[in-house]
Amino acid sequence: MKRIYLDYAATTPAHPEVLAAMQPYFSQRFGNASSMHSFGQEAKAAVERAREQVAALIGARPEEIVFTSGGTESNNFAVHGAVKADSHIITSAIEHHAVLEPCKLYKNVTILPVDKHGLVDPDELRKALTDKTVLVSIMHANNEIGTIEPIEEIGKVLKGKGIVFHTDAVQTVGGIEVDVNKLGVDLLSLSGHKFYGPKGIGALYIRKGTKMKSFLLGGGQERHRRASTENVPGIVGLGVAAELAIKEMEMRNEKLLKLRNKLIEGIKKNIPDVILNGHPEKRLPKNVDVTVKYVEGESMLLNLDMQGIAVSTGSACSSGSLEPSHVMIAIGHSPETAHGSIRFTLGRLTATNDIDRVLDVFPKIVKKLRAMSPLAKGGD
Amino acid sequence: MAGPYSEKVMDHFMHPRNVGEMKDPDGVGKVGNPVCGDIMEMYIKVKDNIITDVKFKTFGCGAAIATSSMATEMIKGKSIDDALKLTNKAVAESLEGLPPVKMHCSVLAEDAVKSAIDDYLKKTTGKGLPGFKPRSDDEHEHGH
Repeated sequence: MKRIYLDYAATTPAHPEVLAAMQPYFSQRFGNASSMHSFGQEAKAAVERAREQVAALIGARPEEIVFTSGGTESNNFAVHGAVKADSHIITSAIEHHAVLEPCKLYKNVTILPVDKHGLVDPDELRKALTDKTVLVSIMHANNEIGTIEPIEEIGKVLKGKGIVFHTDAVQTVGGIEVDVNKLGVDLLSLSGHKFYGPKGIGALYIRKGTKMKSFLLGGGQERHRRASTENVPGIVGLGVAAELAIKEMEMRNEKLLKLRNKLIEGIKKNIPDVILNGHPEKRLPKNVDVTVKYVEGESMLLNLDMQGIAVSTGSACSSGSLEPSHVMIAIGHSPETAHGSIRFTLGRLTATNDIDRVLDVFPKIVKKLRAMSPLAKGGD
Repeated sequence: MAGPYSEKVMDHFMHPRNVGEMKDPDGVGKVGNPVCGDIMEMYIKVKDNIITDVKFKTFGCGAAIATSSMATEMIKGKSIDDALKLTNKAVAESLEGLPPVKMHCSVLAEDAVKSAIDDYLKKTTGKGLPGFKPRSDDEHEHGH
Protein backbone atom coordinates (compact mmCIF):
# COMPACT_ATOMS: atom_id res chain seq x y z
CA MET A 1 0.00 0.00 0.00
CA LYS A 2 1.49 3.30 -1.05
CA ARG A 3 2.12 5.70 1.81
CA ILE A 4 0.84 9.15 1.02
CA TYR A 5 2.21 12.02 3.08
CA LEU A 6 -0.10 15.01 3.24
CA ASP A 7 1.18 16.75 6.35
CA TYR A 8 3.75 19.10 4.80
CA ALA A 9 2.77 21.90 7.17
CA ALA A 10 4.02 19.76 10.05
CA THR A 11 7.32 18.99 8.38
CA THR A 12 8.86 18.20 5.00
CA PRO A 13 11.40 15.66 3.75
CA ALA A 14 14.83 17.16 3.18
CA HIS A 15 15.56 17.77 -0.51
CA PRO A 16 18.27 15.39 -1.82
CA GLU A 17 20.43 18.38 -2.80
CA VAL A 18 20.12 19.70 0.74
CA LEU A 19 21.35 16.40 2.18
CA ALA A 20 24.21 16.18 -0.29
CA ALA A 21 25.32 19.73 0.53
CA MET A 22 25.23 19.07 4.30
CA GLN A 23 27.14 15.81 4.23
CA PRO A 24 30.74 17.09 4.04
CA TYR A 25 30.19 19.37 7.03
CA PHE A 26 29.80 16.55 9.53
CA SER A 27 33.17 14.85 9.33
CA GLN A 28 35.24 16.38 6.56
CA ARG A 29 34.75 20.15 6.79
CA PHE A 30 33.81 19.84 10.43
CA GLY A 31 35.62 22.84 11.84
CA ASN A 32 34.13 25.23 14.38
CA ALA A 33 33.18 28.32 12.42
CA SER A 34 34.70 30.54 15.11
CA SER A 35 38.15 28.92 14.92
CA MET A 36 40.92 31.01 13.36
CA HIS A 37 42.58 28.11 11.53
CA SER A 38 41.72 26.76 8.09
CA PHE A 39 39.25 24.19 9.40
CA GLY A 40 37.31 26.95 11.08
CA GLN A 41 37.58 29.34 8.19
CA GLU A 42 36.18 26.91 5.64
CA ALA A 43 33.23 26.27 7.95
CA LYS A 44 32.78 30.02 8.38
CA ALA A 45 32.79 30.53 4.65
CA ALA A 46 29.99 27.99 4.30
CA VAL A 47 27.99 29.75 7.02
CA GLU A 48 28.35 33.12 5.34
CA ARG A 49 27.41 31.69 1.96
CA ALA A 50 24.23 30.22 3.48
CA ARG A 51 23.51 33.57 5.11
CA GLU A 52 23.50 35.19 1.67
CA GLN A 53 21.21 32.48 0.31
CA VAL A 54 18.68 32.88 3.12
CA ALA A 55 18.82 36.68 2.87
CA ALA A 56 18.15 36.49 -0.86
CA LEU A 57 15.04 34.38 -0.22
CA ILE A 58 13.41 37.11 1.84
CA GLY A 59 14.87 40.28 0.30
CA ALA A 60 17.08 41.02 3.27
CA ARG A 61 20.73 41.91 3.75
CA PRO A 62 22.95 39.00 4.88
CA GLU A 63 23.97 40.81 8.07
CA GLU A 64 20.29 40.96 9.03
CA ILE A 65 20.02 37.14 9.26
CA VAL A 66 20.64 35.43 12.61
CA PHE A 67 20.66 31.64 12.53
CA THR A 68 18.67 29.90 15.26
CA SER A 69 17.56 26.36 16.10
CA GLY A 70 14.28 26.89 14.31
CA GLY A 71 10.96 28.71 14.25
CA THR A 72 10.24 28.30 17.95
CA GLU A 73 13.53 29.82 19.03
CA SER A 74 13.15 32.63 16.50
CA ASN A 75 9.69 33.44 17.84
CA ASN A 76 10.84 33.35 21.46
CA PHE A 77 13.84 35.52 20.54
CA ALA A 78 11.62 37.99 18.71
CA VAL A 79 9.25 38.46 21.65
CA HIS A 80 11.72 38.49 24.53
CA GLY A 81 14.32 40.37 22.54
CA ALA A 82 12.11 43.28 21.56
CA VAL A 83 10.17 44.02 24.76
CA LYS A 84 10.59 45.01 28.39
CA ALA A 85 8.45 43.83 31.32
CA ASP A 86 5.91 46.66 31.03
CA SER A 87 5.83 46.90 27.24
CA HIS A 88 2.50 46.72 25.45
CA ILE A 89 2.40 43.87 22.96
CA ILE A 90 -0.24 43.31 20.31
CA THR A 91 -0.66 39.87 18.77
CA SER A 92 -3.46 37.75 17.30
CA ALA A 93 -5.68 34.97 18.62
CA ILE A 94 -4.44 32.52 16.03
CA GLU A 95 -0.68 32.78 16.53
CA HIS A 96 1.36 29.64 17.00
CA HIS A 97 2.02 28.66 20.61
CA ALA A 98 5.67 29.61 20.07
CA VAL A 99 4.49 33.24 19.99
CA LEU A 100 1.57 33.03 22.43
CA GLU A 101 3.51 31.27 25.18
CA PRO A 102 6.36 33.83 25.37
CA CYS A 103 3.72 36.60 25.30
CA LYS A 104 2.10 35.07 28.40
CA LEU A 105 5.11 36.20 30.42
CA TYR A 106 4.08 39.82 29.91
CA LYS A 107 1.25 41.67 31.61
CA ASN A 108 0.26 44.12 28.93
CA VAL A 109 -0.78 42.04 25.93
CA THR A 110 -3.65 42.71 23.53
CA ILE A 111 -4.84 39.67 21.63
CA LEU A 112 -6.68 40.71 18.49
CA PRO A 113 -9.61 38.58 17.40
CA VAL A 114 -9.88 37.32 13.84
CA ASP A 115 -12.87 37.04 11.55
CA LYS A 116 -14.46 33.75 10.49
CA HIS A 117 -11.76 33.31 7.83
CA GLY A 118 -9.00 33.92 10.31
CA LEU A 119 -8.10 37.38 9.04
CA VAL A 120 -6.75 40.10 11.31
CA ASP A 121 -8.29 43.53 10.67
CA PRO A 122 -5.58 46.20 10.24
CA ASP A 123 -8.06 48.82 11.45
CA GLU A 124 -8.73 46.94 14.68
CA LEU A 125 -4.99 46.76 15.12
CA ARG A 126 -4.66 50.51 14.59
CA LYS A 127 -7.31 51.11 17.25
CA ALA A 128 -5.46 48.86 19.69
CA LEU A 129 -2.21 50.85 19.49
CA THR A 130 -1.20 52.77 22.60
CA ASP A 131 1.79 54.98 23.32
CA LYS A 132 3.28 52.05 25.24
CA THR A 133 3.06 49.62 22.31
CA VAL A 134 6.51 48.24 21.63
CA LEU A 135 5.88 45.07 19.63
CA VAL A 136 3.26 43.86 17.17
CA SER A 137 3.48 40.20 16.21
CA ILE A 138 1.16 38.84 13.51
CA MET A 139 1.84 35.63 11.63
CA HIS A 140 2.22 35.75 7.88
CA ALA A 141 0.05 32.66 7.35
CA ASN A 142 -1.66 30.35 9.80
CA ASN A 143 -0.43 26.79 10.01
CA GLU A 144 -3.84 25.25 10.64
CA ILE A 145 -6.23 27.02 8.32
CA GLY A 146 -3.77 28.41 5.79
CA THR A 147 -5.09 31.97 5.82
CA ILE A 148 -2.57 34.57 4.65
CA GLU A 149 -2.66 37.69 6.81
CA PRO A 150 -2.57 41.31 5.50
CA ILE A 151 0.99 41.89 6.67
CA GLU A 152 1.68 44.59 4.08
CA GLU A 153 -1.36 46.64 5.20
CA ILE A 154 -0.39 46.22 8.84
CA GLY A 155 3.14 47.31 7.93
CA LYS A 156 1.67 50.51 6.49
CA VAL A 157 -0.38 51.11 9.66
CA LEU A 158 2.75 50.78 11.78
CA LYS A 159 5.13 52.70 9.53
CA GLY A 160 7.03 55.47 11.27
CA LYS A 161 5.55 54.74 14.70
CA GLY A 162 8.71 53.27 16.18
CA ILE A 163 6.98 49.99 16.94
CA VAL A 164 8.78 46.73 16.25
CA PHE A 165 6.77 44.66 13.76
CA HIS A 166 7.40 40.90 13.89
CA THR A 167 5.89 38.26 11.68
CA ASP A 168 6.06 34.51 12.23
CA ALA A 169 6.65 33.50 8.62
CA VAL A 170 7.40 29.85 9.36
CA GLN A 171 4.59 28.70 7.06
CA THR A 172 5.36 31.10 4.21
CA VAL A 173 9.13 31.40 3.77
CA GLY A 174 10.19 29.05 1.02
CA GLY A 175 6.55 28.52 0.07
CA ILE A 176 5.22 31.83 -1.20
CA GLU A 177 6.86 35.18 -1.94
CA VAL A 178 8.22 36.82 1.19
CA ASP A 179 9.96 40.20 0.94
CA VAL A 180 10.73 41.96 4.20
CA ASN A 181 10.63 45.38 2.56
CA LYS A 182 7.34 44.82 0.77
CA LEU A 183 5.88 43.47 4.00
CA GLY A 184 7.36 46.27 6.08
CA VAL A 185 8.49 44.04 8.95
CA ASP A 186 11.35 44.51 11.38
CA LEU A 187 11.57 40.91 12.57
CA LEU A 188 10.72 37.69 10.77
CA SER A 189 10.90 34.04 11.86
CA LEU A 190 11.61 31.21 9.48
CA SER A 191 12.19 27.47 9.84
CA GLY A 192 14.21 25.11 7.64
CA HIS A 193 12.22 21.92 7.96
CA LYS A 194 9.10 23.57 6.56
CA PHE A 195 10.65 24.03 3.12
CA TYR A 196 12.72 20.90 2.49
CA GLY A 197 15.63 21.87 4.71
CA PRO A 198 16.76 19.97 7.81
CA LYS A 199 15.10 20.11 11.23
CA GLY A 200 16.73 22.03 14.04
CA ILE A 201 17.63 25.14 12.03
CA GLY A 202 15.94 28.41 11.27
CA ALA A 203 16.60 32.12 11.38
CA LEU A 204 15.38 35.39 12.76
CA TYR A 205 15.56 38.33 10.38
CA ILE A 206 16.39 41.50 12.31
CA ARG A 207 16.11 44.72 10.33
CA LYS A 208 19.24 46.86 10.63
CA GLY A 209 18.69 49.36 13.41
CA THR A 210 16.21 47.26 15.40
CA LYS A 211 17.39 47.08 18.99
CA MET A 212 17.18 43.58 20.41
CA LYS A 213 18.11 41.95 23.71
CA SER A 214 19.96 38.72 22.97
CA PHE A 215 18.17 35.56 23.95
CA LEU A 216 20.97 32.99 24.01
CA LEU A 217 24.02 34.35 25.80
CA GLY A 218 27.52 32.90 25.75
CA GLY A 219 30.38 32.95 23.28
CA GLY A 220 29.32 35.88 21.12
CA GLN A 221 28.52 34.05 17.90
CA GLU A 222 26.24 35.64 15.30
CA ARG A 223 27.69 39.04 16.22
CA HIS A 224 26.70 38.64 19.85
CA ARG A 225 23.07 38.19 18.90
CA ARG A 226 22.83 34.44 19.36
CA ALA A 227 25.51 32.47 21.18
CA SER A 228 26.23 28.80 20.40
CA THR A 229 28.65 27.02 18.14
CA GLU A 230 27.12 27.26 14.71
CA ASN A 231 25.24 24.24 13.42
CA VAL A 232 27.21 24.34 10.19
CA PRO A 233 25.60 21.35 8.47
CA GLY A 234 22.15 22.68 9.39
CA ILE A 235 23.01 26.17 8.20
CA VAL A 236 24.42 24.86 4.93
CA GLY A 237 21.25 22.78 4.45
CA LEU A 238 19.07 25.80 5.16
CA GLY A 239 20.99 27.84 2.60
CA VAL A 240 20.57 25.23 -0.13
CA ALA A 241 16.87 24.84 0.71
CA ALA A 242 16.53 28.61 0.33
CA GLU A 243 18.27 28.61 -3.03
CA LEU A 244 16.09 25.76 -4.28
CA ALA A 245 13.00 27.57 -3.07
CA ILE A 246 13.86 30.65 -5.11
CA LYS A 247 14.51 28.50 -8.16
CA GLU A 248 11.50 26.20 -7.89
CA MET A 249 8.81 28.24 -6.10
CA GLU A 250 6.78 29.21 -9.13
CA MET A 251 6.76 25.69 -10.53
CA ARG A 252 5.99 24.16 -7.13
CA ASN A 253 3.05 26.47 -6.53
CA GLU A 254 1.61 25.98 -10.00
CA LYS A 255 1.37 22.27 -9.27
CA LEU A 256 0.20 22.75 -5.69
CA LEU A 257 -2.62 25.09 -6.62
CA LYS A 258 -3.97 22.60 -9.15
CA LEU A 259 -3.81 19.71 -6.69
CA ARG A 260 -5.13 21.74 -3.78
CA ASN A 261 -8.11 23.01 -5.73
CA LYS A 262 -8.82 19.52 -7.05
CA LEU A 263 -8.87 18.22 -3.49
CA ILE A 264 -11.11 21.03 -2.25
CA GLU A 265 -13.57 20.59 -5.12
CA GLY A 266 -13.58 16.83 -4.71
CA ILE A 267 -14.26 17.00 -0.99
CA LYS A 268 -17.05 19.55 -1.42
CA LYS A 269 -18.61 17.45 -4.15
CA ASN A 270 -18.44 14.06 -2.48
CA ILE A 271 -18.94 14.79 1.19
CA PRO A 272 -21.99 16.72 2.41
CA ASP A 273 -21.87 18.98 5.49
CA VAL A 274 -18.22 19.96 5.13
CA ILE A 275 -16.80 23.44 5.83
CA LEU A 276 -13.56 24.74 4.31
CA ASN A 277 -11.70 26.57 7.06
CA GLY A 278 -9.66 29.66 6.33
CA HIS A 279 -10.02 32.24 3.59
CA PRO A 280 -11.12 30.80 0.24
CA GLU A 281 -8.64 32.86 -1.79
CA LYS A 282 -6.07 34.29 0.61
CA ARG A 283 -4.79 30.88 1.56
CA LEU A 284 -1.57 28.93 1.22
CA PRO A 285 -1.30 26.94 -2.02
CA LYS A 286 -0.66 23.79 0.01
CA ASN A 287 -3.44 23.97 2.59
CA VAL A 288 -6.80 22.20 2.68
CA ASP A 289 -8.33 22.38 6.12
CA VAL A 290 -11.88 21.15 6.47
CA THR A 291 -14.37 20.64 9.22
CA VAL A 292 -16.44 17.51 8.75
CA LYS A 293 -19.66 17.80 10.70
CA TYR A 294 -20.77 15.06 13.11
CA VAL A 295 -17.40 13.33 13.11
CA GLU A 296 -14.32 13.76 15.30
CA GLY A 297 -10.88 14.55 13.90
CA GLU A 298 -8.68 11.88 15.45
CA SER A 299 -11.00 9.10 14.35
CA MET A 300 -10.77 10.38 10.77
CA LEU A 301 -7.00 10.71 11.07
CA LEU A 302 -6.58 7.12 12.30
CA ASN A 303 -8.79 5.74 9.55
CA LEU A 304 -6.82 7.67 6.93
CA ASP A 305 -3.56 6.49 8.48
CA MET A 306 -4.74 2.89 8.17
CA GLN A 307 -5.12 3.59 4.47
CA GLY A 308 -1.58 4.96 4.31
CA ILE A 309 -2.61 8.62 4.21
CA ALA A 310 -0.94 10.96 6.72
CA VAL A 311 -2.77 14.13 7.73
CA SER A 312 -3.27 16.34 10.76
CA THR A 313 -6.23 17.36 12.92
CA GLY A 314 -7.12 20.30 15.11
CA SER A 315 -8.99 17.99 17.45
CA ALA A 316 -7.77 18.09 21.01
CA CYS A 317 -7.99 14.34 21.41
CA SER A 318 -4.88 13.98 19.37
CA SER A 319 -2.88 16.75 21.00
CA GLY A 320 -2.75 15.58 24.59
CA SER A 321 -4.80 18.42 25.99
CA LEU A 322 -8.58 18.29 26.07
CA GLU A 323 -9.16 21.76 24.69
CA PRO A 324 -10.01 22.19 21.05
CA SER A 325 -7.59 24.10 18.83
CA HIS A 326 -7.43 27.79 19.76
CA VAL A 327 -7.46 28.59 16.05
CA MET A 328 -10.75 26.77 15.51
CA ILE A 329 -12.34 28.59 18.42
CA ALA A 330 -10.96 31.94 17.22
CA ILE A 331 -12.64 31.55 13.82
CA GLY A 332 -15.95 30.83 15.48
CA HIS A 333 -16.29 27.07 15.70
CA SER A 334 -18.39 25.56 18.44
CA PRO A 335 -16.64 22.86 20.49
CA GLU A 336 -18.35 20.11 18.45
CA THR A 337 -17.19 21.35 15.10
CA ALA A 338 -13.81 22.46 16.46
CA HIS A 339 -13.08 18.79 17.08
CA GLY A 340 -14.05 17.75 13.58
CA SER A 341 -11.24 19.23 11.52
CA ILE A 342 -8.81 17.52 9.19
CA ARG A 343 -5.89 19.32 7.62
CA PHE A 344 -4.31 18.10 4.37
CA THR A 345 -1.16 19.97 3.41
CA LEU A 346 0.39 19.15 0.06
CA GLY A 347 3.99 19.36 -1.05
CA ARG A 348 6.83 18.73 -3.42
CA LEU A 349 6.24 15.01 -3.76
CA THR A 350 2.44 15.05 -3.89
CA ALA A 351 1.12 13.48 -7.10
CA THR A 352 -2.24 13.70 -8.82
CA ASN A 353 -3.04 10.08 -8.05
CA ASP A 354 -2.43 10.79 -4.35
CA ILE A 355 -5.31 13.25 -4.50
CA ASP A 356 -7.39 10.71 -6.41
CA ARG A 357 -6.75 8.14 -3.69
CA VAL A 358 -7.77 10.57 -0.96
CA LEU A 359 -10.97 11.40 -2.81
CA ASP A 360 -11.69 7.71 -3.14
CA VAL A 361 -11.01 6.83 0.48
CA PHE A 362 -12.02 9.89 2.53
CA PRO A 363 -15.74 10.01 1.68
CA LYS A 364 -16.07 6.33 2.63
CA ILE A 365 -14.35 6.97 5.97
CA VAL A 366 -16.64 9.89 6.73
CA LYS A 367 -19.69 7.81 5.82
CA LYS A 368 -18.59 5.00 8.13
CA LEU A 369 -17.93 7.35 11.05
CA ARG A 370 -21.17 9.26 10.55
CA ALA A 371 -23.08 5.97 10.69
CA MET A 372 -21.84 5.53 14.24
CA SER A 373 -22.17 9.15 15.33
CA PRO A 374 -24.98 10.29 17.63
CA LEU A 375 -24.73 13.75 16.04
CA ALA A 376 -25.54 12.67 12.49
CA LYS A 377 -29.23 12.54 11.87
CA GLY A 378 -30.46 9.58 9.83
CA GLY A 379 -27.44 8.56 7.78
CA ASP A 380 -25.01 11.02 6.19
CA MET B 1 2.45 -0.06 12.68
CA ALA B 2 3.36 1.19 16.12
CA GLY B 3 1.00 3.84 17.34
CA PRO B 4 -0.38 5.26 20.54
CA TYR B 5 -3.01 2.52 20.73
CA SER B 6 -2.81 -1.21 21.41
CA GLU B 7 -3.88 -3.72 18.77
CA LYS B 8 -7.04 -4.45 20.75
CA VAL B 9 -7.99 -0.79 20.82
CA MET B 10 -7.38 -0.48 17.07
CA ASP B 11 -9.48 -3.60 16.47
CA HIS B 12 -12.42 -2.19 18.41
CA PHE B 13 -11.94 1.16 16.74
CA MET B 14 -11.79 -0.16 13.18
CA HIS B 15 -14.43 -2.88 13.76
CA PRO B 16 -16.63 -1.62 16.54
CA ARG B 17 -19.19 -4.07 17.94
CA ASN B 18 -22.85 -3.22 18.48
CA VAL B 19 -22.91 0.06 16.58
CA GLY B 20 -26.28 1.39 15.65
CA GLU B 21 -29.71 2.43 16.73
CA MET B 22 -32.30 0.44 18.58
CA LYS B 23 -36.04 0.37 18.06
CA ASP B 24 -37.84 1.07 21.37
CA PRO B 25 -34.86 0.86 23.71
CA ASP B 26 -35.68 0.20 27.36
CA GLY B 27 -32.94 2.54 28.54
CA VAL B 28 -30.94 5.27 26.83
CA GLY B 29 -27.72 6.69 28.24
CA LYS B 30 -26.28 9.99 26.96
CA VAL B 31 -22.94 11.18 28.30
CA GLY B 32 -20.06 13.36 27.37
CA ASN B 33 -19.77 16.90 26.20
CA PRO B 34 -18.69 18.66 23.04
CA VAL B 35 -15.98 20.71 24.78
CA CYS B 36 -13.73 17.70 25.18
CA GLY B 37 -14.94 16.14 21.97
CA ASP B 38 -16.51 12.90 23.20
CA ILE B 39 -20.22 12.14 23.13
CA MET B 40 -21.59 8.64 23.71
CA GLU B 41 -25.11 7.29 23.46
CA MET B 42 -25.90 3.79 24.65
CA TYR B 43 -29.20 1.94 24.17
CA ILE B 44 -30.18 -1.17 26.12
CA LYS B 45 -32.93 -3.72 25.91
CA VAL B 46 -33.75 -5.41 29.20
CA LYS B 47 -35.78 -8.56 29.79
CA ASP B 48 -36.12 -10.23 33.19
CA ASN B 49 -33.34 -8.04 34.51
CA ILE B 50 -30.93 -9.21 31.80
CA ILE B 51 -29.49 -6.82 29.20
CA THR B 52 -30.50 -8.75 26.12
CA ASP B 53 -29.29 -6.25 23.58
CA VAL B 54 -27.13 -3.15 23.54
CA LYS B 55 -26.21 -0.65 20.85
CA PHE B 56 -24.14 2.51 20.85
CA LYS B 57 -23.25 5.62 18.90
CA THR B 58 -20.16 7.66 19.63
CA PHE B 59 -18.71 10.94 18.45
CA GLY B 60 -15.10 10.85 19.51
CA CYS B 61 -11.54 9.73 19.02
CA GLY B 62 -10.08 6.24 18.65
CA ALA B 63 -10.21 5.56 22.38
CA ALA B 64 -13.77 6.86 22.68
CA ILE B 65 -15.04 4.53 19.97
CA ALA B 66 -13.02 1.56 21.25
CA THR B 67 -14.09 1.96 24.87
CA SER B 68 -17.78 2.28 23.99
CA SER B 69 -17.54 -0.79 21.76
CA MET B 70 -15.80 -2.79 24.49
CA ALA B 71 -18.24 -1.62 27.14
CA THR B 72 -21.22 -2.85 25.11
CA GLU B 73 -19.55 -6.25 24.69
CA MET B 74 -18.89 -6.46 28.39
CA ILE B 75 -22.50 -5.83 29.45
CA LYS B 76 -24.36 -7.71 26.75
CA GLY B 77 -26.12 -10.72 28.25
CA LYS B 78 -25.32 -9.63 31.79
CA SER B 79 -27.75 -8.84 34.57
CA ILE B 80 -28.33 -5.22 35.52
CA ASP B 81 -26.48 -5.81 38.79
CA ASP B 82 -23.45 -7.28 37.01
CA ALA B 83 -23.45 -4.51 34.44
CA LEU B 84 -23.39 -1.94 37.23
CA LYS B 85 -20.16 -3.50 38.49
CA LEU B 86 -18.38 -2.49 35.28
CA THR B 87 -15.53 -0.07 35.95
CA ASN B 88 -13.58 2.10 33.57
CA LYS B 89 -10.43 0.28 34.66
CA ALA B 90 -11.94 -3.04 33.59
CA VAL B 91 -12.80 -1.57 30.19
CA ALA B 92 -9.26 -0.21 29.76
CA GLU B 93 -7.73 -3.51 30.87
CA SER B 94 -9.87 -5.50 28.43
CA LEU B 95 -8.51 -3.24 25.72
CA GLU B 96 -4.98 -4.05 26.91
CA GLY B 97 -4.48 -0.55 28.17
CA LEU B 98 -5.00 3.02 27.07
CA PRO B 99 -2.59 5.95 26.89
CA PRO B 100 -2.92 7.95 30.16
CA VAL B 101 -4.34 10.96 28.35
CA LYS B 102 -7.14 8.72 26.99
CA MET B 103 -8.24 7.13 30.23
CA HIS B 104 -11.08 9.63 30.48
CA CYS B 105 -12.70 7.89 27.49
CA SER B 106 -13.02 4.71 29.51
CA VAL B 107 -14.65 6.75 32.29
CA LEU B 108 -17.14 8.01 29.74
CA ALA B 109 -17.92 4.46 28.63
CA GLU B 110 -18.56 3.38 32.22
CA ASP B 111 -20.82 6.39 32.69
CA ALA B 112 -22.67 5.59 29.46
CA VAL B 113 -23.56 2.14 30.80
CA LYS B 114 -24.70 3.55 34.16
CA SER B 115 -26.62 6.32 32.43
CA ALA B 116 -28.52 3.80 30.29
CA ILE B 117 -29.35 1.72 33.35
CA ASP B 118 -30.32 4.85 35.30
CA ASP B 119 -32.73 5.76 32.51
CA TYR B 120 -34.16 2.22 32.42
CA LEU B 121 -34.71 2.25 36.18
CA LYS B 122 -36.37 5.67 36.05
CA LYS B 123 -38.74 4.43 33.34
CA THR B 124 -39.63 1.17 35.09
CA THR B 125 -39.49 1.96 38.81
CA GLY B 126 -39.79 5.73 38.85
CA LYS B 127 -36.43 5.98 40.62
CA GLY B 128 -33.05 6.19 38.97
CA LEU B 129 -29.71 4.79 40.03
CA PRO B 130 -29.06 5.97 43.60
CA GLY B 131 -26.37 8.60 43.72
CA PHE B 132 -25.68 8.46 40.01
CA LYS B 133 -24.20 11.57 38.44
CA PRO B 134 -22.06 11.17 35.34
CA ARG B 135 -18.52 12.31 36.23
CA SER B 136 -17.87 13.33 32.67
CA ASP B 137 -20.39 16.18 32.70
CA ASP B 138 -18.67 18.57 35.05
CA GLU B 139 -15.06 17.54 34.88
CA HIS B 140 -13.06 19.61 32.50
CA GLU B 141 -9.75 18.16 33.55
CA HIS B 142 -10.73 14.49 33.46
CA GLY B 143 -7.90 13.77 35.84
CA HIS B 144 -7.68 10.25 37.18
